[in-house]
Amino acid sequence: MFLKKLCEFDCVSGNEKAVRDYIRNEIYQYADEIVIDSIGNLIVKRTGVSSKKTVMLDAHTDEVGFIISGITDKGFLEFKTVGGIDTRVIISKRVRVGKNKIPGVIGIKAIHLLEKSERNEVPKIKSLYIDIGASSKEEAEKYVELGDYAAFDTEYEDLTDDLIKAKAIDDRAGCAILMELIKEKPKYDTYFCFSAQEEVGLRGAKIAVNRIKPDIALAIEATTSSDVAPSEEKDYVIRLGNGAAVSFADGATIASEEFYKKLLSVAEEEGIKAQTKAAITGGNDAGAIHLAQGGIKCATISVPCRYIHSPAGIASKADIDSVKQLAGAFLRRIDEFY
Amino acid sequence: MKELIRKLSELRGISGSEYRISDEIINQFKAVSDEVYKDNLGNVIAVKKCKKGNAPRIMIEAHMDEIGLMVRDIDENGFIGFVNIGGVDGRILPGGEVIIHGLRDVKGVIGAKPPHLQTADEAKTALKMSDMVIDTGLTSEQIREIVSVGDTITVKGDFRELLSDNVTGKSLDDRAGIAALIKTFEMISGKELNADIYAVAAVCEEVGGRGAAVAGYSIKPDIAIAIDVTHGVTPDNSKNGFELGSGVAIAKGPNLHPLVVDRLLGIAKEKDIKYTIEVEGGDTGTDAWILQVVDEGIPTALLSIPLRYMHTTVETLNIKDAEAISKLLAEFCLRIDDNMEEWLCF
Repeated sequence: MFLKKLCEFDCVSGNEKAVRDYIRNEIYQYADEIVIDSIGNLIVKRTGVSSKKTVMLDAHTDEVGFIISGITDKGFLEFKTVGGIDTRVIISKRVRVGKNKIPGVIGIKAIHLLEKSERNEVPKIKSLYIDIGASSKEEAEKYVELGDYAAFDTEYEDLTDDLIKAKAIDDRAGCAILMELIKEKPKYDTYFCFSAQEEVGLRGAKIAVNRIKPDIALAIEATTSSDVAPSEEKDYVIRLGNGAAVSFADGATIASEEFYKKLLSVAEEEGIKAQTKAAITGGNDAGAIHLAQGGIKCATISVPCRYIHSPAGIASKADIDSVKQLAGAFLRRIDEFY
Repeated sequence: MKELIRKLSELRGISGSEYRISDEIINQFKAVSDEVYKDNLGNVIAVKKCKKGNAPRIMIEAHMDEIGLMVRDIDENGFIGFVNIGGVDGRILPGGEVIIHGLRDVKGVIGAKPPHLQTADEAKTALKMSDMVIDTGLTSEQIREIVSVGDTITVKGDFRELLSDNVTGKSLDDRAGIAALIKTFEMISGKELNADIYAVAAVCEEVGGRGAAVAGYSIKPDIAIAIDVTHGVTPDNSKNGFELGSGVAIAKGPNLHPLVVDRLLGIAKEKDIKYTIEVEGGDTGTDAWILQVVDEGIPTALLSIPLRYMHTTVETLNIKDAEAISKLLAEFCLRIDDNMEEWLCF
């Protein structure tokens, strides 16, 4: 129920305030302690039945996007990307700029004007710009300041009964799951950490974990679902609709073997659909968490998402529910995970 | 004008499938025309009669089709391969949204191989259209019940208002031209005319001016004026374009009848209508090129609206430029008099 609203916030890394405020207001009633730290992490403590152990659940609030780095004399906006974005998915797309969500577009030279050699070229980010229709630099400056962020302008929509299309499913899906899980009183003191700046290098989680000092941590993420036609089936590391994706390793973390295996066996016992993420690429907050404080036992459960980091991702509501069920089982059966 | 352009831009009909949108265009014309009809090819023709014998005929024309895609195949996982209809730049498609017009409309996203499965070389090269697919989230069985090979596909490109009377959307090429025609008819309504005015919303411009050729033949106008878009100035196109807001681009060159052009220029100056001159050495790439040599030949002019990012989902233009076209066209139509044959002679 939170997901649509969450995906509609434009909160690129470093600009998480709006979504953070929304989350805080929605879950305030369940919190025993709330901290917003210097980087913008929202750390919400729910006191457990016992305080013998400390548990951390992590999801990140930020999304990939753009930051305005210049305004040309004619009023076009120069920009840099924030987080990993494939230049090819931003051409001919709509964006919203700044806190007033000024509509803009990322255009491209018309096909009629291209040299033959240009047709197969991916333009460089440096040569692209955002057009807000300003007639001059002066007019643009009335609406946009350098350092303003821009995000994809995408509508959240149901594609089928089960599938949704939206931007920022990575990781608002994780945020939505944490917002549901906090409603149940946990066995041990549990910190629900809504981390900032994951997309620019796991920056928020890196410091949140030092404040929380958990005994065990679980990152709730969205991950690339590669079951799309131009890839070969052998590269289908994750499939949409096959349930919660449990990683044994990615580019930043080798998960505790006993932890992820336990997650898989709990999923099986509880009849929760789960799959292993069979690729060692990408990285998420677990990468920062497991190396902190002399080492913390950490694993990741992810929502499969096709076309992640693009204007229009696709995810399954059933998968999101599976991730929520599995993370919930983790909290309920926490003693089995030590 | 803005609302009309929004409405027309949001209609969905690629070259050959204009029947999907022609009813709405007929509706828009009905209130301001004496007669509206559709010809055998699907052109919508609206007429304003002067009710005088042997009156000259003036044809003002814009095209209603848009570029788009067509279903080529459906694979065992339900992914849809496609081809382009008209000049689509494949580079604008990845990450974009589309609507497939099957038995019912189905939404989809154009996906591609995820970045982490691509080689470094692949990431530097634009994706080929043949390597892209449309993902509807439906299974092969489900999609085959709704969608067949040959069904048309339109790109999504929601209309947005930008600053300074600029707007962005899909198919502003050439629905903004259609809007200008409707507004022209509105402006000449109730005024005395000395000519019958034919406004044509033509089919199949994007695949070669086919609708205009047929409409020109059946109407046999004394003068034809095509309304289309021309390239706008952008940082990556400073030399081949016109500034948004600079008014009507009045074309000159072998495609255009110099005396019709002179008359348009004279009216623009006199009525203080903003304009610039666009020079084309040969083919203007518009219906004007076709109309000039229809039947025994038609004196033809071309008025264009500057437009950024032509043939993308974020086409951008200035409302005032479209309004300037209507003003100029209306004035031109109202001033047709008994001397026309005279001033039109070389």
